[in-house]
Amino acid sequence: MRAETRSRRRWHIAIFLAPAVLVYTALMILPLFGTLKLSLYQQVDQQQVFVGLDNFRTLFGDPNWSESFWRALRNNTWFFFIHMAVQNPIGIAIAAMLSVPALRFKGFYRTAIFIPTILSFVIVGFAWKLILSPLWGIAPDLLKMVGLRHLFHPWLGKEEYALTTIALISVWQFVGIPMMLIYAALLSIPDEILEAGEIDGITGMKAFWKIKLPLILPSIGIISILTFVGNFNAFDLVYTMEGAMAAPNFSTEVMGTFLFRTFFGHQTQPGDPNMGATIAMMMFFIILTGVVIYLFLIQTRMRRYQF
Amino acid sequence: MQRVRHNRLNLALAHAALIAYTIIALFPVVIILINSFKTRKAIFRHPLQPPTPDTFSLIGYETVLKQGDYLHYFQNSLIVTVGSLFFILLFGAMAAFALSEYRFRGNTLMGLYLAIGIMIPIRLGTVAILQFMVATGLVNTLAALILVYTASGLPLAIFILSEFMRQVSADLKDAGRIDGLSEYRIFFRLVVPLVRPAMATVAVFNMIPIWNDLWFPLILAPGEATKTLTLGSQVFIGQFVTNWNAVLSGLSLAILPVMILYVIFSRQLIRGITSGAVK
Repeated sequence: MRAETRSRRRWHIAIFLAPAVLVYTALMILPLFGTLKLSLYQQVDQQQVFVGLDNFRTLFGDPNWSESFWRALRNNTWFFFIHMAVQNPIGIAIAAMLSVPALRFKGFYRTAIFIPTILSFVIVGFAWKLILSPLWGIAPDLLKMVGLRHLFHPWLGKEEYALTTIALISVWQFVGIPMMLIYAALLSIPDEILEAGEIDGITGMKAFWKIKLPLILPSIGIISILTFVGNFNAFDLVYTMEGAMAAPNFSTEVMGTFLFRTFFGHQTQPGDPNMGATIAMMMFFIILTGVVIYLFLIQTRMRRYQF
Repeated sequence: MQRVRHNRLNLALAHAALIAYTIIALFPVVIILINSFKTRKAIFRHPLQPPTPDTFSLIGYETVLKQGDYLHYFQNSLIVTVGSLFFILLFGAMAAFALSEYRFRGNTLMGLYLAIGIMIPIRLGTVAILQFMVATGLVNTLAALILVYTASGLPLAIFILSEFMRQVSADLKDAGRIDGLSEYRIFFRLVVPLVRPAMATVAVFNMIPIWNDLWFPLILAPGEATKTLTLGSQVFIGQFVTNWNAVLSGLSLAILPVMILYVIFSRQLIRGITSGAVK
């Protein structure tokens, strides 16, 4: 009897799990292995031939490839650095201001500041392209109003500014995410702790640095890893604003555009799924390294506070 | 007394900073919207002014609605988003129930297996996904997009929903079993209604990235019949680089649906994030 109910129960489990596991395995896990496999093969005379690590050797050894790869990785690192240095501190600062109990119109600020985050890259990209365009002249006019007209450059068209400009636009778009997550973390700090600090004379800014900031460190860790994964996977904004060629002169190239162009090809070069897969695998290793560092080094060392 | 004044000053400073940032956040959107209703001359002469009776014009919207198939793109986006959300919620809740309700060998391992996708972006498998879609004949169908978004949304959905399902009282389920309800009925009749708020949170989290995605529509379904609003507006606006009225109106029409969705769901979204559903 018991064995019977047990085996009957087992069937339910399988049926409950099956659809999710099937879809997930077919479209998430198997393609990752498929990509790994493709990266170890090459197209020779209409045939896929196993070549071991040759594609990776090409990627790092052939100056044409390796230059592009290191440029994409360098740009992507700078892209990530700007997010960490600008987006996350602004997000934390806004969240800290929003968490002041006496502040009014919180809901309005929160809703308004989150709006750019819900817009698509296409909207954000084109909107900023128009605003920064020297043809339309909104940006120069605004700078003129504060007497800084001479600072204006066609930022998106200059090699030395384009990547930073796009990174800052991306920051503008995604400030809402650290703001919300940190805001939630700040709300979950119990009043008793803050009151205890107040009795000891720790208030205002001091309370933020000495009490709140250490308590929200785990959330800052989560934001950092989310930013890392999102940035090393970025593509859409660069594609919308500068095209697949990462204009001007590849100066806005990130890993995503490099992968896209290699996979689909562009004017002079036909698409190459095998090299595309090789680049995707490198992106996989980079992201995996970041996630592993986060899980094993940062998260386990960070003290968790239980309230 | 001094303390009160000090606090007031701090609050005023906080308001000033927040208002300044709110202006930065909204300025580009407002500029696009007001200029989309103006004549070409006014767009260039006074870009910062709202439309007046003299400068008001709908010429951009006329061009866009005549030439772009926005309604069709919108319909595609709606089908893809709603379809993906339906399967994410159904399959995700079923798997979450299995993981949180039953003890079986490999439970933890299965949980970990399904959690890999929380951190690893599905885009990295694109090359192989495209081959799969070509092999199964799903290229240029909306089903391809729904499948991909379902797969990428499932890991986080399962993670969040199983946390919530663990909190559903065991007594309730056991009472149901004593009354002779099958496991399926317990799931659909007792558990699903109780975790509905968590399901709404999962839906809202997944909705915006799916609606806004450009990568997969561009690669898996770039055909005219299957273009989503994001891809459609990208291609359409790209054609009109010099027709500023059309570009601005096209952008405004792309902003509109997301804004409506946001107004409807912003409470749910903010409550979802701040209740700590994602940790």
